[in-house]
Amino acid sequence: MNDSIEIEIPARADYVSLVRLVVAAAAELAPSLEPSRIDDLRVVVSEATTNAIQAHLRSGCPRPVKVCCRCSDGRVSVTVRDEGPGFDVKALPEMPPPESPARLGRESGMGISIIRTLADECFFRSGPHGTEVSLILNAA
Amino acid sequence: MSVTIRRHENPPWTVLRVGGDLDVVGAPDLRQAVVAAVASGSRLLVLDLSELDFVDSFGIGAVVGVLKRLRQRGGDLALVCPSPRIRRVFEICDLDRILALHDSIDGVAEAERLGSGSAWRRP
Repeated sequence: MNDSIEIEIPARADYVSLVRLVVAAAAELAPSLEPSRIDDLRVVVSEATTNAIQAHLRSGCPRPVKVCCRCSDGRVSVTVRDEGPGFDVKALPEMPPPESPARLGRESGMGISIIRTLADECFFRSGPHGTEVSLILNAA
Repeated sequence: MSVTIRRHENPPWTVLRVGGDLDVVGAPDLRQAVVAAVASGSRLLVLDLSELDFVDSFGIGAVVGVLKRLRQRGGDLALVCPSPRIRRVFEICDLDRILALHDSIDGVAEAERLGSGSAWRRP
C-alpha cells in the first residue's frame, strides 16, 4: 500500500478541522497505525496546518495552503506547505519553566514542541517564500 | 466539530463543561466564556474536559490564559481530564506541573474536602 492524497485549502482557520478529519481518515486506511498514533497525527497536523494558515493571514497571501498525506504499510507522512514569509525554527524563544510567573504570559509558542514530541520525525524547511513542514509517524 | 461550552454553578465553583474541538477556532469561545464567568464573580473555575474530543496548542494556550486571568484575581483553576490522550497534550506542555488535573468532578470535590489546596494546584 502506498497511497497519496493532496488537499488545497483556503487560508481560513475553520478549514483546520477538515484537514484533521481527512488526514486521520486516510491514515485509518493504513492498518499498521495504532489508534493512539492516529490521535497523535491529528494533533501534529493541526499544529502545522494552523501555523501555515496563520502565516498566510499575517502576510496577506491569497493562495491556498497545501497538505499532502502519504500512507504506506509502515508509516504515514504528511507535508504542509505555505507561501508565507517563513521563520527561523532555531530562533524560536524558549518557553519559561512552568513554575515561573512568566509562563502564564505565554499563551502561544507550544506547537513546535508538541510536533517534536509526537511525531517520530519532523523536518522544517523555511525561507522568505514559504515553509514546508514534514511530519512522519511510524507504525509501532 | 466546533467547541461546545456549558456553564453551571456548583458553589463555590463555576463549572464549564467543554466539548468538541478546542483548537484555533474553539479557543476564543473558551476565553469568552471565562471572561463572562469572571465578570459575574466566579473565581474558582473547573474546566470539565470529559467531553472534549480534541485539543492542540491553541486550546492549551487558551487554558493558560484562563489560569492567568483567575490567579491575577485571587482565584484558581482545576481541570477534569479523564482522557489519557487529552491529558497527554497538557503534559507535553508541562501544564500538569502547575495545574491540578482530576479524573472527575468528584475528584475535585474529594481534593477540596482534603484541603491543602490540592484541588487547584499540583501538590
